[in-house]
Formats: sequence, structure tokens, C-alpha cells
Amino acid sequence: MKLQVTLDAFPYLLEAAGTTLWISLLGIALGQVIGAAVCLCRVSPLRPLARFGAVYVSFFRGVPLLVQLLLVYYFLPYVGIDVPPLVAAIGSLGLASGAYVCEIFRGALTAVPKGQAEAAQSLGFPPAAIWRRILLPQMLRISLPALVNELILLLKASSLISVVGVTELTRSSHTFAASTYHPLEIYLTAAFIYLLMNLCLAAAGAMAERRLAAG
Amino acid sequence: MDFALYLRYGPALASGFAVTLLCWFGGAALGLALGFVVALLQRLSFAPLRWLTRTYIEVVRGTPFLVQLFVLYDGGPSFGLRLDATSSGILALGIYGSAYFAEIFRAGFNAVPPGQVEAAASLGMAPFTILRRIRLPVMLVAIVPALTNMLIILSKETVVLSIITVPELMYQMQTMAAETFAAFETILAMAILYWIMVELVARAGRVVERRVTAFMTGAA
Repeated sequence: MKLQVTLDAFPYLLEAAGTTLWISLLGIALGQVIGAAVCLCRVSPLRPLARFGAVYVSFFRGVPLLVQLLLVYYFLPYVGIDVPPLVAAIGSLGLASGAYVCEIFRGALTAVPKGQAEAAQSLGFPPAAIWRRILLPQMLRISLPALVNELILLLKASSLISVVGVTELTRSSHTFAASTYHPLEIYLTAAFIYLLMNLCLAAAGAMAERRLAAG
Repeated sequence: MDFALYLRYGPALASGFAVTLLCWFGGAALGLALGFVVALLQRLSFAPLRWLTRTYIEVVRGTPFLVQLFVLYDGGPSFGLRLDATSSGILALGIYGSAYFAEIFRAGFNAVPPGQVEAAASLGMAPFTILRRIRLPVMLVAIVPALTNMLIILSKETVVLSIITVPELMYQMQTMAAETFAAFETILAMAILYWIMVELVARAGRVVERRVTAFMTGAA
């Protein structure tokens, strides 16, 4: 083990970890939007919409993420859209997490007492207001632990986008491992940074959960 | 799409599928065995050991599988571990799975009502007999859904092995995609194939779940 190799590479790996972090955050943000939309489809009384939601969730949870990533990566040029790999990567993470977030929201929706939506309806709330003012705020609070968990999963999954050439933590450590001939030291450092980020996210999640429970 | 093309790549794809199954089964078997040992070690009332297994689980669950794979395959020779890509892949899948399986087994052990274990002990059953006849059967019913889920996750992780050149299905497909310039069609076919496979395993899991529950509750 050579400590010097780790020390030399550390600032660069840390910078790459920043990229990993913001890509994951963008991915989960996109995933929330897609997840909420797909969830609305799934619980919709319209059969085709509900069917679409179910197929979406089944596909994006059933296909390995690496395959999904390459699918998006090759699909865009196939239909004549030219975007940088970074955009394809974030889009792919968002599509995948959308499926998981949809199921998280669906679970949270069943946890909100049915009587509340019915009461709002009988008071003359329009459906959009029922969602915005009654259901969504409670769903968010109930689903927070699961969403933090999903963010951690996404952060780990983001290592796969190194394959399409996005310079995040895994890609960066791959480059350093090849150039320094000390792969073990470099990869262990990368693993340590991932672990640290995940522990911080878990701690922040627990804190937010306590805040929301108190408020 | 040209079907004659697929026919030409048939043997390569078939061997890739075989390697995928080998990695999946090998990794799952290793993960289950290792995970069970970790779960047992956690139950011992020896604090350092509990602390060690806890760290193991947190580290494995807190780091990406791809990085673990690189540590084993690229970093392995630095600590004297020289394995070919496929063996590294199976070992990495086993280690990755073991942390999750250990947690599933832990939850399973906790699902056994203490009263049943105490009753068995008061009837004079030996600890090993209690494990085999009381704990394991009750556990099994409780953990089948989680086990199926984890097996599905492992089957999906096998495609990551293509990155370290394990000649499994994804690797063969990518070779084919590169040679035929039909990247999108090939990956799409791959996605649909995996989708069907995962759905089949999920359905099989639900059948097993019903059977196990019926058998265990019927026999009890």
C-alpha cells in the first residue's frame, strides 16, 4: 500500500465526487417529477393510463440499469437527437428512479387516510387542490425515508455512467488507477468517498425526518 | 432488423447466456452461504465480532458494486488475489450479495417468536435441533419475498460484469452491437430479454412463496 498515491489523487477524486453528487441529485429530482407523473397514471381510473403506469414501472425496474443507460445513450442518436453523454446519463438515472419513486409515492398515497380526500371533496375542493394541499404534502412526509434510501441507491448506481464517458468518481478513479499503477489504493479511496457520502446522506435524511415529524 | 445476423451470433449469445447464469447462480450461492455465516456471527454475544460484521455490512452496502468489482479485479493482485475475470465477478457478486442476505437472515431470525424457541428449549431440544426444526422453518416463510427480491437484484447486477470483460450475455451483445453497427436494436433486444427474465423470476418467486407458506403452515 502506498499512501502517497492516495494523497496525490485525493483532491481530484473529491472533485469528481462532487460531480457524482450533483448528477445523483439531478437524477433524483428528475425521478421525483417522473415518479409523481407515473404514480398519477397508475392510480388513474382511466384503464390505458393505469396500464401504462404499470408497464413503465415493470420495465424500468426489470431491466438492468446498465442496459437502460446504453438504451438511452444509443436511442437518442438513433432518432437524430445529439446530446452530450452527461444529459443521456442524467435522463437515464431519472427514468430509472422514476419507476422506484412512483412505487414509493403509491405506497405513501395508501398511507394517507382515505377520509381526508373524501372530506376535502365534500367541501368542494377541486381535484387539483386536493392533490396539492391535502395529499402531496402528507405523501412527501411519509415517503421521505424511502426517498433518501432511493437517493443513496441512485448515488451508487451513478457509478455505472462512467461507462458512457462521464467523468464522475468511478471514471476518475479508473483513470488514476491506470496511470498510477496502484489500482487498489485508488479504488479503496473511491469506495471510502462513496461510503462517506452515503453515511452523510443517511444522517441528513434522519435529521430531516425528525424535523418533519416534529413540525 | 436482420434475423440471419442473430443466427450468426447465436453460439456466442448462447455461451454468453450460460456465463450469465453461471455468474448469477455462483454469486447467489456464495452470497447466501456467506450471508448466513455473517448473520450467525452477528448473533454471537461477542462485541468485537458483532462490530466487525456490522462494519462489513455497512461498507459493502454503502459502496457501488462496480467499485467493489474494480477493487477485487484490478486491485486484487496488490494483495495476492489473482483471479480471472469470471471468478472475480462471481466472488464480487457473492460478497455484494452476502451483506444484503445477512440483513435478510437477521430480520428472519428476529421474526421467530421467542416463545417458540423457549418452548423448544424447555422441552429439552438441543440448540442445533432448535435451529433446524424451529428457527429455520419459521424464518424461511418470513424471508422468501426478500430473498426473491435480492436474487432478482443480483441477476441484474450480472450485466455490470461485462465492464471487466466477463464474457456474459451483455458482453457478447455489446461485441455484436459493435461489429454490426446496430447498437440500438441490439440493446433493445437485450432490454426486452432481461425484462422477460426478471418477470419470470418474480412470478416464480411468488409461486414459491405461496408453496412454502402453505407447506410450512400445513406441517406445523
